[in-house]
Amino acid sequence: MTLLDTPRKHGDASDGGAIGARLSRLDGKLKITGAATYALEQPVDGLAYAVLVPATIGAGRVARIDVAAAKAAPGVRLILTPDDDLGLQPATDWNNVRASDGPYVPLPRDIAYNGQPVALVVADSLEQATEAARRLAIAYEEGPVTPGLDSPNAGEGSPLDQLSVAWGDAEAALAAAPVRVEAEYHTPREYHAAMEPHGLIARWEGDRLTVWEPSQWTHSMARSYAEWFGLPPENVRLVSPFVGGGFGSKGFSYGFGAIAAAAARRLGRPVKLAVTRPQNFAAYGGRAATRQSLALGATEDGVLQAIVLRGASETSTVGTWVEQVGAATPLMYAVPNFSARQRLVAVNTVTPGALRAPGKTPSAFAIESAIDELACAVGADPLEIRLRNYAEEDPQARKPWSTRRMREALAEGAEAFGWARRSREPRSMRDGHQLIGWGLATGTFPVIRNYGEALVRILADGSAEVVTGATDIGQGTYTILAQTAAEALGIPFERIDVRLGDSALPGAPVAGGSKLAGVMTGAVQKAAIAARDELIALALNDPNSPFRDTGANTLILADGRISAPRGDGPVVSVGELLGRIGRERIEVRRDTLPDHLQTPEGRFRAWTTMTTVQGPTAGDYSMHSWCAHFVEVRVDEDFGTIRVARMVSAFDCGRLYNPKLAESQWKGGIIMGIGMALLEEGLVDSRNGRVINNNLGDYLLPTNADVPDIRVIDVGIPDPHASALGGKGVGEVGIVGVAPAIANAVFHATGRRVRRLPITLDALV
Amino acid sequence: MKAFTYQRAGSAEDAARLAAHPGAMLLAGGTTLLDLAKCGVAEPDMLVDIGHISGLDAIAVDAGGATIGALAKMSAVADHAGMRAAFPAVAESLSQAASAQLRNMATIGGNLLQRTRCPYFRDPAAFPACNKRDPGSGCAAIGGVTRNHAVLGTSEACIATYPGDLAVALVAFDAAVRLGGRTIAVEEFFLVPGDTPAREHAIGPGEMITAVAIPASPAARRSTFLKVRDRQSYEFAAASAAVGLELGPDGRTIRDLRVALGGVATVPWRCRAVEDALKGTLLEPESVRAASRLAVEGAVAQADNAHKIDLAPRLVARAILSLGGLA
Ligand SMILES: Cc1cc2nc3c(=O)[nH]c(=O)nc-3n(C[C@H](O)[C@H](O)[C@H](O)COP(=O)(O)OP(=O)(O)OC[C@H]3O[C@@H](n4cnc5c(N)ncnc54)[C@H](O)[C@@H]3O)c2cc1C
Ligand code: SF4
Repeated sequence: MTLLDTPRKHGDASDGGAIGARLSRLDGKLKITGAATYALEQPVDGLAYAVLVPATIGAGRVARIDVAAAKAAPGVRLILTPDDDLGLQPATDWNNVRASDGPYVPLPRDIAYNGQPVALVVADSLEQATEAARRLAIAYEEGPVTPGLDSPNAGEGSPLDQLSVAWGDAEAALAAAPVRVEAEYHTPREYHAAMEPHGLIARWEGDRLTVWEPSQWTHSMARSYAEWFGLPPENVRLVSPFVGGGFGSKGFSYGFGAIAAAAARRLGRPVKLAVTRPQNFAAYGGRAATRQSLALGATEDGVLQAIVLRGASETSTVGTWVEQVGAATPLMYAVPNFSARQRLVAVNTVTPGALRAPGKTPSAFAIESAIDELACAVGADPLEIRLRNYAEEDPQARKPWSTRRMREALAEGAEAFGWARRSREPRSMRDGHQLIGWGLATGTFPVIRNYGEALVRILADGSAEVVTGATDIGQGTYTILAQTAAEALGIPFERIDVRLGDSALPGAPVAGGSKLAGVMTGAVQKAAIAARDELIALALNDPNSPFRDTGANTLILADGRISAPRGDGPVVSVGELLGRIGRERIEVRRDTLPDHLQTPEGRFRAWTTMTTVQGPTAGDYSMHSWCAHFVEVRVDEDFGTIRVARMVSAFDCGRLYNPKLAESQWKGGIIMGIGMALLEEGLVDSRNGRVINNNLGDYLLPTNADVPDIRVIDVGIPDPHASALGGKGVGEVGIVGVAPAIANAVFHATGRRVRRLPITLDALV
Repeated sequence: MKAFTYQRAGSAEDAARLAAHPGAMLLAGGTTLLDLAKCGVAEPDMLVDIGHISGLDAIAVDAGGATIGALAKMSAVADHAGMRAAFPAVAESLSQAASAQLRNMATIGGNLLQRTRCPYFRDPAAFPACNKRDPGSGCAAIGGVTRNHAVLGTSEACIATYPGDLAVALVAFDAAVRLGGRTIAVEEFFLVPGDTPAREHAIGPGEMITAVAIPASPAARRSTFLKVRDRQSYEFAAASAAVGLELGPDGRTIRDLRVALGGVATVPWRCRAVEDALKGTLLEPESVRAASRLAVEGAVAQADNAHKIDLAPRLVARAILSLGGLA
């Protein structure tokens, strides 16, 4: 019996096998007891400690750094400044493009943003390095600062024509539409604020470099280090067995890593660099601020005739990051005329980056707020208007959905929430001083596919190992890969050991884009089935096997034991069989690469760039995860304070490999969405571009007290087009749509439409 | 990190003597001090650890009032049954402050002396201008992001908010700070910035807080602490109000009223104008709301904090009315 001919539901324990079971995380106990070793906790002998020194101006250049006093401080070993030539070469980016215009300079003299590294100080202790860093005398020549997207001097930016989407004649249809809603929506800079800050330990042994650094993508990050230092790829090993949250920030190597590794090479001594919490707000970028002007045209019944989106997002003056504000807009509703355009505005910030559901999240804020505004304009229920405009196929790609259980999500979410009892009028529900509002919004995240590689070993003691360089950033890779192997091998879950997070191990894509589970369960399943088949072939054919003379032509492997299908022969444990036939192990390495990538170049490209990724409409279908969020808020009528009182969210993410972990991902996304809606905003001083709330006391994330009872409901069914096992991706979709659901609920509670996130009390006082 | 010496004080006298050294700072729970050392604001030459002095963490409540040792933990005072009965506003001000972890570390003395959360004060490398840190250097906050800055008690030199909650409750109930042999009213202990924002309290060199004393009163017994902020816990106040109410035998006439504001002023802000306007009058929503507006008399808004001027009177009114059973 193989996995594929096993009848499956989508994830409750009645499925029977290991896949779909509600198992707790394999790494959970290690983390809770402190036994999991994070990057900066690796015991490495002879460490020197580095401190990064950030710029305190928003733009300009470093005129001079006087290092004399710092050099004289006790314990100081090395100081790197823009005066030092680090001798680095550019690294290849995720599009497989490698810059050729000169060296890579992670400590440039020109300052593009406040917080940009201008020096690194290395000493025998962290305290000594910190003190010496304080003694650097840095003279700047300040230039004019463009602090943010909405600053008067930011300008219009440049058009991103490749992102323009249009069908029909949207402007004309909008002008002719009997009902129009038009508004501008804003989202601020937001930060990953992972519990584990960034940092690394770099150790050289000759021309071999080992880097312990939290990673969502060990192979690609190792490649960057190799290219910076002109090394063959196999000379760099990047190790990251446990990661304290990444949310998109830990997929790439950054300048601080190059500087620290260069220092280690110069010193001939391993160097540890801990990026401090305040520095985590500028050492790499968070979510870019966005602005969207969105117009919906509809009939008097609220049937959409046109959508026109004009968006803008910020990037840095030295790099390009596009926060795609039209990512969700064309997918959500059937509309005959559509036009979306986006501009990119360069400001003095660190280059922004991917943060949980990039693009989709700000995009959904605008379209899902606007559709609520339309519902109000035509006097329709917000749920009903979504059904009236239901997209039966992908309106942009004109392809059928692989699966889209949005109707079910809306229906089951509404039922569980009690939506039918909602009174239509704003300010019509209250409890004492608390104005009560019920809001709804939906979300989406694309199915992204890629390839992976895994090694499966069946060992002499009857246990098995799964080995791959993929990472577990807290989402459950260890656990679901053990489940996959257990089911394919017929060896109990408890007897599967999983090794992850090391670029020396088999290839894997980034733990990002909600695709790793789908990709890696496929690779592990393939390798495990091959290992199982090899074991069965040996059992049938080896002269010393007890099955050799049974006449069986296949065998069953279940619960760690091998037997004949009719149950009349011997029953032998896997370990015993390996002993009898004199094998120490069975080891199989498999990948899911197509033929055209089965070359050294193809494999390297697949594991280290995004160029082998297939988007949601690459095949005959349009494939996405979907969700619907129902929210109750309570707003104090005098104080403007908003509390999320309860939430029900229904999800279609295809098959769930482990519902407990999937629900945890959904809830995590929802909680992040509560932060986005009500709390999170990087506050920038307009005079020098400094993020002034660069710590966890002032950059507000939801606390337990801010998180209500959240009920999540699974309405998915296996999607055979999306992945080998039928899952669509659970990691990011949860955040998408939470902010507009809350904003819509705030409107329902107060009658005030807030189109600028976060919605803080001063907007409602 | 600048090197410093560490001394453990065995007694309050010992601590006071050591604290007289130039560059010496007292270390209690360390939750403010370590933070400020990390961001380069506090640079002590000597740390005098008072955390091991015995007998300074007592909490005593009797008919006359409460005496709280300077080393009592925030959590211990917040949970103290006698405090909760006789001074609910004080206990509530502490249970709504900081986080559980911080409350278990932090002391009452340290809490009173916590420094402002003005982000410009806490980032000397990027913002050299700060009169509180470096007298005469200017004020980087003015013209910057001022959402959490003060609207009351400000000066041209400094607009930083006093961030603590406990002191707001203390000032409402006429509490006093004991500095060894000397006692000073909380209301006089905290100093508005004026031209000298670096001088924040009336504590002299070689002095330390040994205790806080709060006289019992019917208003303190019927009191509450209302704190408003965007995040439901673990955030400083956007505005807070400590209010105590004593009604006459008719149950309607306001015999005594105490009102103080937090989160909106440079020091814990006693609102005597509100008290005076309402004492002796009948408790009625309309008059309470009107009088509560007196709480922000003279307020001056910065670019981002005008909402505090609207917010504060609403807190006062809500607190008074809810104590009176009318909200
Ligand atoms: C993230 C965060 C959030 C917070 N939120 C809140 C909040 O919402 N509300 C609130 O009220 N507070 C809040 N706080 C502040 C917290 O309550 C204070 O840090 C704490 O009370 C200080 O007490 P401590 O014993 O740790 O003081 P320490 O850090 O040890 O000392 C603080 C200062 O007082 C001096 N000192 C200490 N004891 C004495 C004494 N007996 N005599 C003379 N001087 C002394 C020290 O020299 C130092 O200057 C927060 C703090 C943080 C870090
Ligand atoms: S408000 Fe006060 S503390 Fe803040 S920068 Fe100005 S002077 Fe310094």
